[in-house]
Amino acid sequence: MSALAASARTATHTLLTGDHAVAHAAALARPAVIPVYPITPQTPVLEKLAELREAGALAGDLVPVESEHSAMATCIAASLAGVRVFTATASQGLALMHEMLHYAAGARAPVVMVNVNRTLAAPWGFWADQTDSLAQRDTGWIQLYCASPQEELDTVLQAYRVAETVLLPVMVVFEALYVSHALEPVAVPGADVVARFLPPYEPAWRLDPASPRGFGGTATPAQWRANRLAMQAAMDRAVAAVADAGERWGELTGRGYGAVEGYRLDDAELVLLAAGAIAGTARTAVDRLREAGVPAGLLRLRLFRPFPAAELTSALGMAHTVVVLDRNCSIGSGGIVAAEVRAALHAHDETDVRLFSFLAGLGGVDVSPEAVVGMARYALRPGPPPAESLLPEAV
Amino acid sequence: MTDRFLSGHAACGGCAVALAVRLVLQEVGDRAVLVVPPSCIAVMMGPLPLSATRLPVLQTAFETAAAAATGLARAYRARGEDVTVVCLAGDGGTYDIGLQALSGAAERNEDILYVCFDNEAYQNTGNQRSSATPWGARTTSTPHGKPTRKKDIIGILAAHRVPYLATASPAHPADLAAKVRRARGLAGFRFLRITCPCVPGWGIADDGSLRLLRAAVESRAVPLFEVEEGRRYRITHRPAGIPVAGYLRAQGRYAHLTPSEIAVIQADVDQTWQALVDAT
Repeated sequence: MSALAASARTATHTLLTGDHAVAHAAALARPAVIPVYPITPQTPVLEKLAELREAGALAGDLVPVESEHSAMATCIAASLAGVRVFTATASQGLALMHEMLHYAAGARAPVVMVNVNRTLAAPWGFWADQTDSLAQRDTGWIQLYCASPQEELDTVLQAYRVAETVLLPVMVVFEALYVSHALEPVAVPGADVVARFLPPYEPAWRLDPASPRGFGGTATPAQWRANRLAMQAAMDRAVAAVADAGERWGELTGRGYGAVEGYRLDDAELVLLAAGAIAGTARTAVDRLREAGVPAGLLRLRLFRPFPAAELTSALGMAHTVVVLDRNCSIGSGGIVAAEVRAALHAHDETDVRLFSFLAGLGGVDVSPEAVVGMARYALRPGPPPAESLLPEAV
Repeated sequence: MTDRFLSGHAACGGCAVALAVRLVLQEVGDRAVLVVPPSCIAVMMGPLPLSATRLPVLQTAFETAAAAATGLARAYRARGEDVTVVCLAGDGGTYDIGLQALSGAAERNEDILYVCFDNEAYQNTGNQRSSATPWGARTTSTPHGKPTRKKDIIGILAAHRVPYLATASPAHPADLAAKVRRARGLAGFRFLRITCPCVPGWGIADDGSLRLLRAAVESRAVPLFEVEEGRRYRITHRPAGIPVAGYLRAQGRYAHLTPSEIAVIQADVDQTWQALVDAT
């Protein structure tokens, strides 16, 4: 019997929300220390973890820390003591952690964290917006964006494999409500399959009285620079590690993943590009455009850090027009993904591609397939693309 | 007696913190891991790739000593390893920026030994006031003297009803060592505050720390006591009750005080002492 057939037998198919799916994934990854602080819309992750622990399905130590900042500090220290850790947060919690996000990466601690994309105050809101996680892009964390509960579950497990291979922390990201609270049938793999994919964590070194070494002491400029260059080299290796983890997971479960995911790209001249669940809306728009005779395709960005510039430009193929949907905004600059795509195209000498940047779905505003079709039609009109990011209303 | 804090560290000459760290580490055993936030202690423990101790050290972010210690303690427990997790922090990292994590760890009764080396200001950055700075003390950020009183960290932690709290002084090494041993023998959250004069910050001579500490203790400005479960208070050294003026006059940071201001401090010391006696 093939591995795939065997795993299909041990998987349980059940209806899960995005939040509950990641709690199941965390339990399957067998973390020893799990410091979590509650925040909407992440709270169901914490509640499900507590429930799984109560039921004996999670052996890890759930630590009720007093803030997200302490959650990350606790994660880092536990990881450096040599155990696997997990935490989850959103929005304000992620922003509060910012200092420790840099610390985790600099300490080369393979922490895995889920972040539910939510608007940042002020004003207060509980809606889907990717600015919280994208604003952490320079912290040295690998970032993977998911579009469904199934993908989240699969990606959390892959994240551990990647983190423990390259020794950088990984953030698994998905949007508030659209994914975090949406029910979907999810295949929960058996522990046997996960054990084959993710062996117990054995760190190369750790804080151990039997072999006393320290971490975090003051570095000279040259030592500090060497640390950062080593992190950059690890990020470069992360592209292959993400591809390898996605491929291996596919062999075991039938669900493979890459840095980017294409839909009807082969002969596409116009490509819609997005990260997260908003790509699902763009997919419907692609079908409608195709029905109307427009050779459209979709490129969903799954890996944001390291930015998969080569994979992305290669997947664009012969496309001459790219429409980027950003559910986020760097105030004063515009769509964050669009800026990264523009830089990637330039670096790969694809300067003839016409790039249109739309701020689609900011603050959780719903984006209809019709609105996305409108953006595509706007982009197909003659004339140069505007340099700034546009609101959907501009079409 | 095993010295786990080594010579050649980067402390100032005559530093009471360095002596107190040495005394504490003599008593923590070889199965200890240290957590050090930014502080004078962090300077002494550094710089990469050197270390001033035979024990593993995690130098963590300023406000995270108790949270990082939580992570270490939980991880070693998960691995089935018997490790004493010890925080070595300053007063800024404890009374101010680290108070939230400290309170969280105390409330959860984390199995850690937290030692605060209290030199009553941000001495590592050049003597700026902290909430551990006493009323009237001059710092570079309170050039006319601090207008508010010192935060009662022991009272705050006693309100958490933690297993063990104590104050100590490196000029009273037997008392200090007994308290570390006592704390080591208990499980859960344990806290020591060790008062450490700062030669440049307090304006004293290189060789003045221990003499000054004896005056601090004997005048009751710095009482030595311990608290079990936040309720059972015990005074571990009976002070002579000499006037506090001598202690104050020996320090540059109090040189501007008028006799009436010294009388205010004396009255406060007397009241605080009486409250402690009443609690025992």
